[in-house]
Amino acid sequence: MAAGMDAPPTRLIRLLQLGLAEAALRAQAIWQCVSCQTCATRCPKSVDCAGVMDALRQLSVERGVATRQQQRIVLFQKAFLSNIRRNGRLNELELIAEFKLSTFLRGRSLSFLLKDATLAPQLMKRKKFHLVGEKVHDRAVVARIFARCMDGSHS
Amino acid sequence: MNLAYYPGCALHGSSNDYEQSLRACLETLDVQLKEIDDWICCGATAAHSLNQKLAVALPARNLALAENQGFREMLAPCPMCSMQLLKARKAMAEDEALRRSISEIVELEVHGETQVLNLIQLFEAIGLDRLKAAVKAPLGSMRAACYYGCLLTRPASVVEFDDAEQPRSMEKILEALGGKTVDWNYRTECCGAGMTMANEQTVLELSHKILSNAEAHGANCLVVACPMCHVNLDMKQANIGRRYGVRNVMPVYYLSDVVGLALGFKPEALGINRHFACSADLQVGMSDASPAKRGARATEKAGA
Repeated sequence: MAAGMDAPPTRLIRLLQLGLAEAALRAQAIWQCVSCQTCATRCPKSVDCAGVMDALRQLSVERGVATRQQQRIVLFQKAFLSNIRRNGRLNELELIAEFKLSTFLRGRSLSFLLKDATLAPQLMKRKKFHLVGEKVHDRAVVARIFARCMDGSHS
Repeated sequence: MNLAYYPGCALHGSSNDYEQSLRACLETLDVQLKEIDDWICCGATAAHSLNQKLAVALPARNLALAENQGFREMLAPCPMCSMQLLKARKAMAEDEALRRSISEIVELEVHGETQVLNLIQLFEAIGLDRLKAAVKAPLGSMRAACYYGCLLTRPASVVEFDDAEQPRSMEKILEALGGKTVDWNYRTECCGAGMTMANEQTVLELSHKILSNAEAHGANCLVVACPMCHVNLDMKQANIGRRYGVRNVMPVYYLSDVVGLALGFKPEALGINRHFACSADLQVGMSDASPAKRGARATEKAGA
């Protein structure tokens, strides 16, 4: 995965060692990363590069410094979490709708909005798509877990 | 054998064909799965990308539910789920203050004593000898490229399963079922995982390399044990074909599909007919389908 990155894990770690966190946070690489864990597995110094990637992504969102190109992936991950926060389990249809809508509102790209539209009937034909997703019974506890973790109401 | 079952969202969503085939196999092999009552999503990449505490708390709630419901072992057939569960378990085992804090957050005491198994480990626990004895239709002409992807073996310190660079566990199962496996280079490369929607370009590029390397090494099918791998390599295969000008179709089976075929199930009973890179000749393992024949089939168009 590192091959296509503007700053592969080795370079990101070096930037951080040099105190250049801002440059690391601006790298496209932190949102290109697919969390495959290869860097952490092969690091000869046993640096948890994949964990560092997570930390950089979290900081990037906290500080609101994700670049325009990175936003699409940030919006996807946010839509994913808001979906679980509501339902306790992932509702794929809702996730797609929320993600597509939020990217459309930001970028106004009609082609991206409609890109996977033909996939839905094909998934439905294969009984792989459910119009009504599953929800857990105790959604209140899920909401409280999210509140404690994300809203800083638990130390 | 009686164990807790954590399906995860994918197996109850668009990867319900995976659940269908593993349930069929396990029933035949006398493994009773008890779905964990009111399980919640493990948080997947979204949680560990956005909030560290949530990435521990969500899987921890499921570990606690399994413990409270009296289970010592749980099957998590999605490697993303099983890795997240094991990572949370390890983090809490190494940090008592974290364990206590997470227990408060998830409103259940988490001890982290439940063992988490992936599907390969479950088949190993059932025993290769028992599998071999149960074979009704040996996978004679199957030349499978066993594809592990990322999270079955990585991070090694978390999942502690097989060899992160040269895994062999799936090959051993396939060989016990009478199938042949090929040596190839992309067994542990990533397919792009959960980036299918958010970063399709990366997924298509990585998955194309995997499919073409398997083909170049003489494979007539891919075998995976991950719902995300299956989505990227199977559902996206038509898109990959259009982008890179590939006409051949490579069937992508879940591990439980090929075990099921060997146990004598019809492809429809395993949900194989619901795959995308599907063929007129579904019984790749059972007949003498040649690679040339494979190339002649047209893949169904998936997405624009």
